[in-house]
Amino acid sequence: MMKLEVYDPAMCCSTGVCGVEVDPVLVQFAADLAWVGSQGVSVARYNLGQEPQAFAANPAVLKEMEAGIDRLPIIAIDGQIVTTGIYPSRAQLAQKLGLALNIGEEAPKKACCSPKSGCC
Amino acid sequence: MIDLQTAPRYLFFTGKGGVGKTSLSCAGGLALVAAGRRVLIVSTDPASNLDEVLETPLSGTPTPIRGAPGLAALNIDPEAAAATYRERMVAPYRGILPAAAIQSMEEQFSGACTVEIAAFDEFAKLLGEPAATAEFDHVIFDTAPTGHTLRLLTLPSAWSGYIDSNQGGASCLGPLAGLEKQKALYAATVARLAAPAETVVVLVARADQAALREAERTRDELSALGVGNLRLIINGLFTATSDDSVALAMDKRSADALLVMPAGLGGLPRTVVPFLPRGTVGLDALRAIVEPASVSPPTRPSDASTPLPTGLAPLIDELAAAGNGVVMTMGKGGVGKTTVAAAIAVALARRGHKVHLSTTDPAAHVAAAIDGEIAGLSVNRIDPAGEVTTYTEEVLSKARGTLDVSALALLEEDLRSPCTEEIAVFRAFAREVDRGSEGFVVLDTAPTGHTILLLDAAEAYHREVLRTRGEMPEAVTQLLPRLREPAFTHVLIITLPEATPVHEAERLQGDLARAGIKPWAWVVEQSLLASGSRDPLLSLRGAYEIPFIRRVADTLAPRCALVPWLAIAPVGVDGLRQLDH
Repeated sequence: MMKLEVYDPAMCCSTGVCGVEVDPVLVQFAADLAWVGSQGVSVARYNLGQEPQAFAANPAVLKEMEAGIDRLPIIAIDGQIVTTGIYPSRAQLAQKLGLALNIGEEAPKKACCSPKSGCC
Repeated sequence: MIDLQTAPRYLFFTGKGGVGKTSLSCAGGLALVAAGRRVLIVSTDPASNLDEVLETPLSGTPTPIRGAPGLAALNIDPEAAAATYRERMVAPYRGILPAAAIQSMEEQFSGACTVEIAAFDEFAKLLGEPAATAEFDHVIFDTAPTGHTLRLLTLPSAWSGYIDSNQGGASCLGPLAGLEKQKALYAATVARLAAPAETVVVLVARADQAALREAERTRDELSALGVGNLRLIINGLFTATSDDSVALAMDKRSADALLVMPAGLGGLPRTVVPFLPRGTVGLDALRAIVEPASVSPPTRPSDASTPLPTGLAPLIDELAAAGNGVVMTMGKGGVGKTTVAAAIAVALARRGHKVHLSTTDPAAHVAAAIDGEIAGLSVNRIDPAGEVTTYTEEVLSKARGTLDVSALALLEEDLRSPCTEEIAVFRAFAREVDRGSEGFVVLDTAPTGHTILLLDAAEAYHREVLRTRGEMPEAVTQLLPRLREPAFTHVLIITLPEATPVHEAERLQGDLARAGIKPWAWVVEQSLLASGSRDPLLSLRGAYEIPFIRRVADTLAPRCALVPWLAIAPVGVDGLRQLDH
């Protein structure tokens, strides 16, 4: 089984609703991950604010963070970092994971923004 | 006051700010230790004055009270609890994660929700884990001002429900990562609150309509939560023993208020604590509450006097000259913020200005305080539940255009989190302040502790707003700079001429200074000295006011007004006009 890991910046929830303004990218990404999971990929998501141990335990992630905190979010597939600093779209995730997008499953094309979600 | 034979292990004192919860908690504790029990008094009020009342410096762990063997007390300081929690989360990663990562973690744990949750966590530990307080026979909670208390008390069931129903696991309760693990503790906390053999909740009220209405609201909400063991204390009931006009008016007002007491409240077991001339600071004064008969009443009026500050009118004239802006009345619950805010709003409207009066007080009596209507004056209450509905709908309607069905479902789920209310109310507050550029906005703000949390949130938001992108309501980005602009925002600190209210107001002034906000004036409310009463008991109480009036007028306040205790209640447009002459 393929494994997708997401290392989020510190935020209090994965949809970012705690921010002063809800970021639709975060909400959509959370839904896209649920879709990826439904396609038989194991998905793990770590929030710097809540699960710092996952960051500290991964030398590759640490190295990226040393280069700049804006490298977060970091996305890794089977341990290989595939993107930094962006939330990819569902189409991009599907392509990197070699999954087929069914017609109608394509999510709105709104992605590739850096998360600056606020929190409570 | 407390039935020593049947007193359960946990006692809560709750009520509108200023009704005497802290002094009654302490008096109750003293009565219990006098009967040989071991008692712990706990304050969960962010602006606690337990230290002052017991004349002992307290901390987050039980401190024995000198002069009362068997009695100990502790303060749950929400800020300190949040700081401890933050440090526990962040410390292990210093030197492991990059400095920027550490800093962003710290910021994440600096918001109002973290403070609220960390404080609640401490509270749940005391109530949900009997082992934590095993060395005491009784634990007395001197609970925070009512709105805040209710939030604290309703959270366990709200949260149990939230954790249960949050199947997606996209929980927004992030600042407390281990919350799910606490579920058993919270369930125990709720169960303990509702068990009559273990818990009694004492509703404290004064014999005035607002305090009784508040107590009834609390009774209703607690009953809905399954808390059935309730009793009522009417604190400081005055009975006239002379024909002095102020004394007769006070006697009548109290009696009238008790006559129209809501039926549910009237059905509770009731204790009356009589009016005592001196304050409630120190063990001797507290013991007098338990045994009022030990205090011999004065027989002659006091002749003490001091030069009195002016009334409100000169301050209102100066405010009116500015033509627009925000006027905020701040202070602890029960000091008369609502009265002063409403009086200023009415007076400004009568001077021909467009005025908007608004409250963030969860207990909201503003609308009730202005019965009539007056040209140019509008009144609004920031209602948390309504604000949450509006905010949720606004977020969802924006999201519907860009998100698919599953993403919308996730969003809806996360919007049910406790953080949403804080944000929604904050935005409403910002919106009200924004109206100050059109005319006058008079804000009767929430009790001190909550207000400080709000201002802290403002500060956190301010930082957040500066680095966030996207569409931010103009009102939100402008909030803190506006509150700090003395030509735009006039902050009035409201207090009473007594030890604890003045000290609390002084602390508030310090907190505001740290937030970069300088109060414009102080208003000392309900002065018996200024009322001119010659009743022996009331004039003695009036004489006790002198050092506090002097401290405010001579040392603390840039401008000061003194409002007498009014024989005609300052309610409605005509009643409020008494403050402006």
